[in-house]
Amino acid sequence: MTAPLVTLDGVTKTYAGITALDGVGFSIAAGEAVCLAGENGSGKSTLIKILAGVERPDRGTIAFSGAVQGALTPRVSTDAGIKVIFQDFSLFPNLSVAENIAMTAEMGAGARLVRHGRIRDTARLTLDRIGVDIPLDAAVETLSVAHKQLVAIARALATDAKLIIMDEPTTTLTEREVRSLLAIIRLLKADGVAVLFVSHKLAEVLEVCEHVVVLRNGAKVAEGPADQFDAASLTLHMTGRAVGETPPAPLPPGAPVLLQVEALAKPGVFDDVTFALRAGEVLGVAGLLGSGRTALAKALFGLVAPEAGTIRLDGRPVPLGDPIAAAAAGIGYVPEDRLTEGLFLTQSIARNIAIGRLDAHARGGGVLDLSALWGETRDWLKRLAVKAPDPEAAVRSLSGGNQQRVVLARWMARGPRVLVLNGPSVGVDVGSKAEIHGIIADLAAQGLGVIVISDDLPELMATCHRILVMKGGRMVEDLPGGSVTTDGLAHRLAS
Amino acid sequence: MKLDWTRNETLVAVVILGFCVLAALSDPGFLSVATLTDLLRNGIVLGVFAVGVFVVLVSGGIDVSFTAVAAFTMYVTAMTLNALMPWMPWWGALAVGMAVGGLLGAINGVLIAGFGLPTLIVTLGTLSVFRGFMLTFIGQKQITTLPPGMREFGRMMLLRGENADGSFYSLHAAFVVTVLVVVLTWFILNRTMLGRAIYAIGGSVESARRIGINVRGVQFFVYVYVGVLAGLAGTIHASMARVANPFDLVGLELSVIAAVVLGGARLAGGYGTLTGTVLGVALIVLVRNSLIVLGIPSTFQSIAIGCLILIGTGLPAWQARRAAARAA
Repeated sequence: MTAPLVTLDGVTKTYAGITALDGVGFSIAAGEAVCLAGENGSGKSTLIKILAGVERPDRGTIAFSGAVQGALTPRVSTDAGIKVIFQDFSLFPNLSVAENIAMTAEMGAGARLVRHGRIRDTARLTLDRIGVDIPLDAAVETLSVAHKQLVAIARALATDAKLIIMDEPTTTLTEREVRSLLAIIRLLKADGVAVLFVSHKLAEVLEVCEHVVVLRNGAKVAEGPADQFDAASLTLHMTGRAVGETPPAPLPPGAPVLLQVEALAKPGVFDDVTFALRAGEVLGVAGLLGSGRTALAKALFGLVAPEAGTIRLDGRPVPLGDPIAAAAAGIGYVPEDRLTEGLFLTQSIARNIAIGRLDAHARGGGVLDLSALWGETRDWLKRLAVKAPDPEAAVRSLSGGNQQRVVLARWMARGPRVLVLNGPSVGVDVGSKAEIHGIIADLAAQGLGVIVISDDLPELMATCHRILVMKGGRMVEDLPGGSVTTDGLAHRLAS
Repeated sequence: MKLDWTRNETLVAVVILGFCVLAALSDPGFLSVATLTDLLRNGIVLGVFAVGVFVVLVSGGIDVSFTAVAAFTMYVTAMTLNALMPWMPWWGALAVGMAVGGLLGAINGVLIAGFGLPTLIVTLGTLSVFRGFMLTFIGQKQITTLPPGMREFGRMMLLRGENADGSFYSLHAAFVVTVLVVVLTWFILNRTMLGRAIYAIGGSVESARRIGINVRGVQFFVYVYVGVLAGLAGTIHASMARVANPFDLVGLELSVIAAVVLGGARLAGGYGTLTGTVLGVALIVLVRNSLIVLGIPSTFQSIAIGCLILIGTGLPAWQARRAAARAA
């Protein structure tokens, strides 16, 4: 029997007294797909860094094809065929697809001059290998997220990859894009390339995996063949507790209409969107990328200007295309990408919440009443259970789930009537996700109208009273929550 | 062929054409060999500077010290050659200038690539230090007797002739140097892996590190290269002016950066073409020269150049945003 491609044994790593990894050991065979599951902070990223040669373990050994590696460096690791595809893909937005794919290979071959022919051939061959057609001359910045991921995979393949480590591969993909990714993974496996998925959202990749390893607090807590795991058992192992999803409490029959959207249209993006949102209702909007769901969410908050239609809140029209007016009318918007659109990452947690309330705490002459402002900020941190060591710490130091809570706290402090949540649990771990769903239910119970836009169909099923299906810019269906299954919904979206 | 209006190059080319048409209409003498050689002559030093600045901008940095490097270099080169090596031929003088400029550029390189300091801060600092050092410790007096090699180069003409009205025109041989600099830089940026690494770093430093590009090495090269070009430009400037005036050149930084940005390079790095840079230089030179010809006071120059920057870089950016908004 040949030795496995990669074998980890008793790998331990501590940072400043905190154990990030504690005696972790498992192996990956050629052509095998392994799921490494774990919540944020479970030691997944440390493990990736150790495999990539960026960090050295304190104890334990790593062997490539049976040969124990002494001091692993990025160079040694790359030469052994271990390629990490980071969550941000680490591509060059300004360069062409061909150059992005072939650059590493060209540098590895010690090329000094640019050989356009060879670069295009390499790119064409690797894209063919995964059966994808992306224009070679397009600048990477013009590609969709899914295509960028494919370029990153192709780049790894162009340098003779034996093991591709994918960090959070599915968080930014839609259901259909995940399907095509899985098809490509199957191709790679047939070619003898091993894949290590590292994620907290793994239920959807389970079907292509042979093997599952679950980390919690730096230790391996479960390991076994993939067919012995399902979404629920994975979650149980990752969190160490059963995370229950309870369906939303039924809406009181006489709940008044809060938000009335009529014939909202922006040519080529969305058309004739009409719906009503009642007080206390959680309304889901499901749609694939390009269905107009994000543009609609932005339009509700005035970030995209529709060309026709009306939005009424409590019967009063809300000016279109004006986020300040929308906020003043009582609409709040939590963007999809909280890192770039929702937070001031380098500023403190307290400031990030307080920014939404500056005008309310201004005394005469625009001078802030700081004690009232900070008092209210602390109050919201407590009410939304943000786990922050210090409200003065930078927001970037928080985990994804806590960052999302900070964004929510900022809006809650303003006392909005309607909250539009675009992908509320993108990039947060399973435990935090259930808590965010709890917060959504609480908000609705307080009489707010909540609109949840998400790719995560189980999330919509768990939180929404009603789900609107969007396709090609139109609302094609209005389904009462609980009337469909996740599979049924996925089918309706894709058909 | 369909013109791509989101590109700066198109816009700048059209403005240049329009400007020439206007100038020709108001002054029939504008369309002449004399005007052309005059414009080319004025683009020589500016062009070499601009190519250097372009390379830095592509790498995601900025250099404002290059004029000080140029002034320092021409003064020190003229002085050293006069004192120690008067036998040095013209090409030797240019080589000494490039070496001195390269050394000064290496100081920027060490501070930026070695210590990882912010490029604007470092070059603002060295701008002041280089200039102050020269004026304090080396000299403030003009050197009117240049070394023989630089004098020889100053007299070299590519072509000269007489107009119908009896006035003379000529094109300096240094124009060839500028053309060579453009060609060489084009080759480095587009045909070598080093050049692609410069673009890659401008696109994303972190990604460049992750795929194993020697980011420090590339940055060091960039600042030395700019230094070499600045030294060359300084030596050419002194040779053509037939005097090494230590107070020359400094103050030209912003015009040069303006020309490069006008040509489509982005301050954030990673974007732009040499074609754009050459067009940007052409436009700036055209405006500087022709407003005088057209009888417009020279103080209007800075207004005109300012407006060109606002329109020339603002319009494509605005169009790109509109295109993005339509696609959203």
